[in-house]
Amino acid sequence: MSEKKIREPLLIELSIPGRRGVRFPEPDVPQAQLPEHLLREDLPLPEVSEVDVIRHFTRLSQYNHAVDTGFYPLGSCTMKYNPKINEDMARLPGFAYIHPLQPEETVQGALALMYHLQKYLAEIVGMPGVSLQPAAGAHGEFTGILIMRAYHRDQGEHQRNKVLVPDSAHGTNPASSAMSGMRVVEIPSDERGNIDLVALKKECDETLAGLMITNPNTLGLFEEHIEEVVNAVHEAGGLVYGDGANLNAFLGIARFGDMGFDIVHLNLHKTFSTPHGGGGPGSGPVAVAEHLKDFLPGPIVDIVEEGDPPTYGFVWPKKSIGRVKAFYGHFGVMVRALTYILMMGQEGLRKVAEMAVLNANYLRVMLQDTYHIPYNRLCKHEFVAEGRWPDAPDIKALDISKRLMDFGFHPPTNYFPLIVKEALMIEPTETESKATLDAFIAAMKQIAREARENPEVLKTAPHNTPFGRVDEVKAARELILTWHDWSTVDSRRSIVDSR
Amino acid sequence: MFVPHTPEEIQEMLRAIGVEKIEDLFADIPEKFRHPKQIDLPPPMTEMEVAEELQHLAEANDNVRDHLLCFLGAGAYYHYIPSVIDHILRRGEFYTAYTPYQPEISQGTLHAIFEFQSMVAALTGMEVANASLYDGATAVAEAVNMAYHVFRGKRPKSVLSPFIHPQYLATVRTYYEHSDREVVVPDLPVEASPEALIEFIDDRTSLVMVAYPDFFGRLYDLQAVADAAHEKGALFGVVANPLALALFKAPGEYGADMVVAEGQPLGIPLSFGGPYLGIFTTRKKLVHKMAGRLIGESVDSRGQRVYVMTLSAREQHIRRARATSNICTNNALMALAATVYMALLGKEGLREVALLNYHKAHYAAQRLSQIQGFELAFPDVPFFNEFVLKTPSSVKDINDFLLDHDILGGYDLSQDFPQLDRHMLLAVTEMISRDDIEFLAEVLEEWVA
Amino acid sequence: MAWQTPENLKYTQNDEWFDPETGRSGITDYAQDQLSDVVYVEFLVDVGDEVQKGDSVATVESVKAAADVYAPVSGKVVEINTDLTDNPEWVNEDPYGKAWMIRLEPTNPEEMNELMDAEAYAQYCEERE
Repeated sequence: MSEKKIREPLLIELSIPGRRGVRFPEPDVPQAQLPEHLLREDLPLPEVSEVDVIRHFTRLSQYNHAVDTGFYPLGSCTMKYNPKINEDMARLPGFAYIHPLQPEETVQGALALMYHLQKYLAEIVGMPGVSLQPAAGAHGEFTGILIMRAYHRDQGEHQRNKVLVPDSAHGTNPASSAMSGMRVVEIPSDERGNIDLVALKKECDETLAGLMITNPNTLGLFEEHIEEVVNAVHEAGGLVYGDGANLNAFLGIARFGDMGFDIVHLNLHKTFSTPHGGGGPGSGPVAVAEHLKDFLPGPIVDIVEEGDPPTYGFVWPKKSIGRVKAFYGHFGVMVRALTYILMMGQEGLRKVAEMAVLNANYLRVMLQDTYHIPYNRLCKHEFVAEGRWPDAPDIKALDISKRLMDFGFHPPTNYFPLIVKEALMIEPTETESKATLDAFIAAMKQIAREARENPEVLKTAPHNTPFGRVDEVKAARELILTWHDWSTVDSRRSIVDSR
Repeated sequence: MFVPHTPEEIQEMLRAIGVEKIEDLFADIPEKFRHPKQIDLPPPMTEMEVAEELQHLAEANDNVRDHLLCFLGAGAYYHYIPSVIDHILRRGEFYTAYTPYQPEISQGTLHAIFEFQSMVAALTGMEVANASLYDGATAVAEAVNMAYHVFRGKRPKSVLSPFIHPQYLATVRTYYEHSDREVVVPDLPVEASPEALIEFIDDRTSLVMVAYPDFFGRLYDLQAVADAAHEKGALFGVVANPLALALFKAPGEYGADMVVAEGQPLGIPLSFGGPYLGIFTTRKKLVHKMAGRLIGESVDSRGQRVYVMTLSAREQHIRRARATSNICTNNALMALAATVYMALLGKEGLREVALLNYHKAHYAAQRLSQIQGFELAFPDVPFFNEFVLKTPSSVKDINDFLLDHDILGGYDLSQDFPQLDRHMLLAVTEMISRDDIEFLAEVLEEWVA
Repeated sequence: MAWQTPENLKYTQNDEWFDPETGRSGITDYAQDQLSDVVYVEFLVDVGDEVQKGDSVATVESVKAAADVYAPVSGKVVEINTDLTDNPEWVNEDPYGKAWMIRLEPTNPEEMNELMDAEAYAQYCEERE
């Protein structure tokens, strides 16, 4: 292991006994006796100074690609710009320094914020009931499936335990259904990328709990027979669950509620501009139609006394499934999303969808002669191209992705959706300019040329990044998951010291 | 504002696509669903206006920094957050990145999470930590799920202490009601120690889980219950307060198979309940059944040490319906906050804060129990920074009076434990001074009078 | 692309092999190639278990995929190759040898007739490319 070259040490390698990063005041109370038999002997954490910490994490940050550093066309992730004002608002002392269990009369501003966010999201999706509690998209899906089950049980239909999921769905859809004990049945897509209606109808029986559908789907295509799909499920007594991951495609233009959806979840960290944080925190509010409002997870915010201003408070929906996490959800994320919605208004939100779809179609058309696009029709906010050519047999989507890094771009989503071979799923979002898109197009075309003329440059990419291709097999076989897994930490420190 | 297109560019792009106008791009949405009635949203605001609006909402709250003296804990704690942490979190390279799927251009996030895993493992005394879950409540729910999968469903029962945070228990019930996972929360007298759970453990039990400290702030030696769980072949789990672990025996020392925690005390603001940090740790031999992202060390094509997401085949994007958990986006930025917090405080600092909490809480407990009508509910059991005080009348009345003096009183336990009518759970952190404790005592004395 | 398909073995549609001589089974060369580098093998049965044809008996994970391994025939599990747990790379290196997974005592020898022979299986692999 000692042969690895080290670009940035780990904290434990920076550690020098006796260093301190921060000090706290001396106790101003008498010392109490400690229960000796319960104390730990050693706390093996690093010892570093404040300067060490700042430089270490600043250097690390510079190894990241981020929306703030460049184009991030990662399909299904909606990596749009995260407005800076959002960050300031979430850190206002009146939001950052309030305790979740404070008396309601002392947090009327926070409750008003949640109430209005519930209301605006309800308006945006056209469904009357909203819970802000789910912590992320997958958590919202799980919540939605629990609502689905609670509704059927309430109707006395305990046998409804089957959830239909299209083969183009995000992995979280079947996983969320399975986690709640539902039986998952996969439905194929047809040749236009829509859900296969015949296969769907075959599964519409008395065990059907519902359908989970992403619209537009993960191919970026609007479900052309959405009305028929919804009707088929409803006629069989099932509910239609909408995965709102792709809401950026028709924000302010169409609404889930108008299309007959019963439950949807939204990703505030995609559509509503809150940052992804390197993997969260997100926020996955769930919206439901009138007949499901009573089943929402609690508590939710409502007006408990009319007035000017009204008094807000927490209430429990009558047949609530219960809570799905502690407290009320990711409040800090809600502050950011509300800030965004207030700045955009209806006009602004519609413009988001329009420009997101314009950008995606522009890229699609400009790349369609160079990359095969298996479902090549008007797309919404994203589209899926194939990262392979018959005359460049060794090149895979992964090679194209790695080569894109050399041009300063984050690669598209790879190998998803599963129904396209060597998939490159491209979502530019509305916040990218034509100039950025043109530069991306040029890079993609150059890569396509290189694939034929100089495939080696793709196979060995990236070249211009601080790190080269990573050996994932070694990671999985050796399983070094903490620095305690090193057999000889000390020998490593000497390596660092002698650099 | 955040859309850069000029009218000329829009025209040019439309021409390239081969459509006339923007509306044509939405022709695939059935006409009847397009352009609904006016959506009822307020007119757009400028940044200047929205800042004022939000400031107004924020000011409508009484916050614990500027207005209220906070003795409230119960799962969310007011601790000092050194300045460094937010400076790191506000680096756009960290907070505007996605999940590190492409390791070559995500080493910042990956390296930091590896450090998070390492320090969390050290703190809990465990071998492996994942890259985070949503919060303490969902971490307990994932522990129940993992134990179920470890035994492939053959041991459907989980025995959870009734003195785990009531909202965590409620979350677990929501998750698994009507599923084949059987969640048993024995109805025990509040005085009961963890050994009282032993009689509920049988060969159908996959997991026995206790809180450390428990919801009442109490700390017990966990060896007997851990051994009893193992004797029956079950896993032993602990939900801990990570700050307490700086001082007290790590659950790993008791042989815990899973240690989960709410990571909020490690440098994360109260923020009205979230986002916080779900900590999840386990033994290496169980790692394949663990939920969530996991970072491992490897090497790149240039011979450099690198970090990368590993064992991904456990996760939903590969296993789909067969995955143990559905978790995808987690709370990575909060894990970064905790990483910077643990790094900055380090070995000595973390212990120092834990000791401050311990001493102040004990001083407060002693001072408050001298007031007529007030006494400690569990005077003989060690505690960390939270304790239960028996009060002479309803906690609500007392808290109303305290609030009139700008004191945020303790948690009213009668909400969850009917037998603990007139019992208040108080938290005392390093943010509370001796004078603050004196002030609380005086106001309570005034109330008694 | 050609994959090894030893003549003496029988094959399933899910890419398991079965040796009627020894009762051993595992996954085929084609299967290991599709999975790429195997990093983890987990057994879902214990010695002494009775399994039906098609029951999941093991899980194999690579860095990019996870696959269930099914019992090629019904029978009693008489031996498990637990060495694989520590040496998952054997599945790639020697799928028909060191990487055998379980040994079964078939309870219904009739089922063996339903399995493919080497020639049919080789063709089946080619068809899927």
